[in-house]
Amino acid sequence: MSLEVVAVFAPLVGFILAFLFGKNMGDKGAQFVTCTGIIVAAIASIMLFFEIVMGHEGHGGEARTLTLMTWFNSGALSVEWALRLDQLAVVMMCVVTIVSSCVHVYSVGYMSHDKCKARFMSYLSLFSFAMMMLVTSDNLVQLFFGWEGVGVASYLLIGFWNHKDSANAASIKAFLVNRVGDFGLALGIFAAFFLFGTVQFDELFSQAAESKDTVMAFLGYDLNAITLVCLLLFMGAMGKSAQLGLHTWLPDAMEGPTPVSALIHAATMVTAGVFLVARLSPLFEYAPTALMVVTVVGGVTAFVAATIGMTQFDIKRVIAYSTMSQLGYMFFALGVSAYGAAIFHLMTHAFFKALLFLGAGSVIHAMSDEQDMRKMGGIWKKIPMTYVLMWIGSLALAGVPFFAGYYSKDMILESAFADHTWFGDFAFWLGIAAAIMTAFYSARLLFMTFHGKPRADKHTMDHVHESPAIMLTPLVVLATGALFAGFVFYEPFVGGAHHNVHATTEHEEVIVEHTVEAPILDEEEHGKEITREQFWGKSLFILPENDTVAAAHGVPEWVKMLPVYMGVIGLFLGWVFYLQFTALPGVFTKIFKPVHALLFNKWYFDELYDAVFVKPAIKLGKLFWASDKNVVDGIGPDGVANRSVGFGALLSRFQSGYVFQYAFVMMIGLIAMISWFYVKMNLGLEHVNLDVVSGLHPKGGE
Amino acid sequence: MLEVGLTHYLSLAAMLFTLGVFGIFLNRKNVIVILMCIELMLLAVNINFVAFSAELGDRVGQVFTLFILTVAAAEAAIGLAILVVLFRTKGSIAVEDISSMKG
Repeated sequence: MSLEVVAVFAPLVGFILAFLFGKNMGDKGAQFVTCTGIIVAAIASIMLFFEIVMGHEGHGGEARTLTLMTWFNSGALSVEWALRLDQLAVVMMCVVTIVSSCVHVYSVGYMSHDKCKARFMSYLSLFSFAMMMLVTSDNLVQLFFGWEGVGVASYLLIGFWNHKDSANAASIKAFLVNRVGDFGLALGIFAAFFLFGTVQFDELFSQAAESKDTVMAFLGYDLNAITLVCLLLFMGAMGKSAQLGLHTWLPDAMEGPTPVSALIHAATMVTAGVFLVARLSPLFEYAPTALMVVTVVGGVTAFVAATIGMTQFDIKRVIAYSTMSQLGYMFFALGVSAYGAAIFHLMTHAFFKALLFLGAGSVIHAMSDEQDMRKMGGIWKKIPMTYVLMWIGSLALAGVPFFAGYYSKDMILESAFADHTWFGDFAFWLGIAAAIMTAFYSARLLFMTFHGKPRADKHTMDHVHESPAIMLTPLVVLATGALFAGFVFYEPFVGGAHHNVHATTEHEEVIVEHTVEAPILDEEEHGKEITREQFWGKSLFILPENDTVAAAHGVPEWVKMLPVYMGVIGLFLGWVFYLQFTALPGVFTKIFKPVHALLFNKWYFDELYDAVFVKPAIKLGKLFWASDKNVVDGIGPDGVANRSVGFGALLSRFQSGYVFQYAFVMMIGLIAMISWFYVKMNLGLEHVNLDVVSGLHPKGGE
Repeated sequence: MLEVGLTHYLSLAAMLFTLGVFGIFLNRKNVIVILMCIELMLLAVNINFVAFSAELGDRVGQVFTLFILTVAAAEAAIGLAILVVLFRTKGSIAVEDISSMKG
């Protein structure tokens, strides 16, 4: 059994065992099999990372594809179960399994008071398996399988506490909003098959360049085919990754248990959209219009989500909006062709955001399930470990130098600037604005939660306690990632040292010598370090003229420093507002009342959707319901049933229970029958032999 | 002097039968009366049998009458026994109380 099979299927085994036999093996057993499954998968993934990505002595490894079996063959459509192990997939596998392992272990502690531990753990493993299928898929259909699999797991876990109405509503909302995006994704897959006659990635990519000018008719318009395919696929990515417009489910998804929020709604599943675009980079590269849309959507999302994040009071919602904002960063990085930077940020973000969420879970755990930051405060001395870990996560998020987020976020902003297009600049400035807000709400979260006077009641404060080791250990692992992942992986993910851009398909036009303004590292270091091209191999495809990551190393100094200044200013403002002069937020809220209302109500997206989609849909449903009930049922089943009941009631009146009435009816019947017979005999039945009757007469007697 | 003939016997039987029938229908008092009315109807039939038997010179009718009397006796016994049980369970033999078969 090869490593990749172990990595992908170990969580599935954990899921099946815990789900089917959870009752037999007990909570401990279920926790053991699921944790073992995912940790084995994580170890296998890391081994694969060294084998396939790092390779031998700085030369980079070989990507490979393992075909498991044929899924189906239908005419020209042939789909196989296959594990595509290239650099991008392996990086994603490592991120998914490591974060998932941490969350699995953390859940053992966090869910210790819950009744359904086995069910919870099995869902987590199911999610991990689906996510692994998604990232290792070799064709669009298998990707769709994983895509829907993580959707189902997300639905099950958001609604895990199914005794809460709000959790049920949130899970349904997540499912429905994702359907909108998945509708686009499905159309995109159909369109890709229609255009290229295949859904297999390599075959798609090899045809991308030659069909970049093909035109396809869609809704009565003739559109550039690749652009259309990319936009439809991006719609799916928007739904899954909570980009503006299809984002409303993500904050509500915080109804799920906190480990779920950390794993699914921060670190892994919501980044599936980013992965999708990066995976399909050979298509998107030939669709500049689609890239522009991606950039604009990403930039706007980063900005809007950050503005909302500043005004929320639920600790998990603040982090949820921050997630959405960071996803926006990743998308505009993709939009300016900085795929490496996007995946880099995806990875660092997975670490520090999972850390923040799990830390928030630890806080919530300590505060007796209180999530409102207005009721926290002054607890940093009581939970010092959590406090320190939250600081690490927040500093990484705010982009303070030498934390992981600093490297990736700077890279993204520099790439956007280096794109030198209007949308690149647009996204850059929105990103800068979001950066200061990110730092601000991170500081706000920390100061409101840990500092100041305790605002919780005495009973809760007495109960505040540090989480057990089983919850803190995963946090430490993630914190290590949040501290060092940026520094360690900067060079291979987005490093500037290279001389030419390697071709990523067999097409000669792609192989272009490319001069870079970036400072080239000295040869000695170059020899040791694995370069960006070696690291990514052929898994990411960038047209030479689009290589913004390379160009990003040559941006002016102020561009490089601006995000750092923004981060520091944001943190300082947060300190001023929420620790030094705590009256200030109230004053500002009053001065900018309409703005605050807009932000506090999340730009009225929910209200808008409610008015435009939900209410009319309910009205339409009620109309159909009424017509169905009154017309169809009224005449059909209900009508027949009611008539027969009425007729029965009429008949049952004859059954009085009085024997004499029965006898009376019998009598009447008898008389009626005899009369009828008599009349019949006298009228026109002359041929009947009356001798039978008259035989009684004694005329023949004596 | 009027000769008593078949017609008179049949008329008497018809009257008895009608009395029995109406006794059943109109009786609102108790079940014993119903039983008695049934007996009355049986007797009316018996009179018919005997009358025709005499008229036709066929003794089968009179034999049949004896059978009917036997059956009627058995029936009366069973009927009264049911009545006793009924009284034990219901505490009443009023006709109006016996309507548990009401639909």
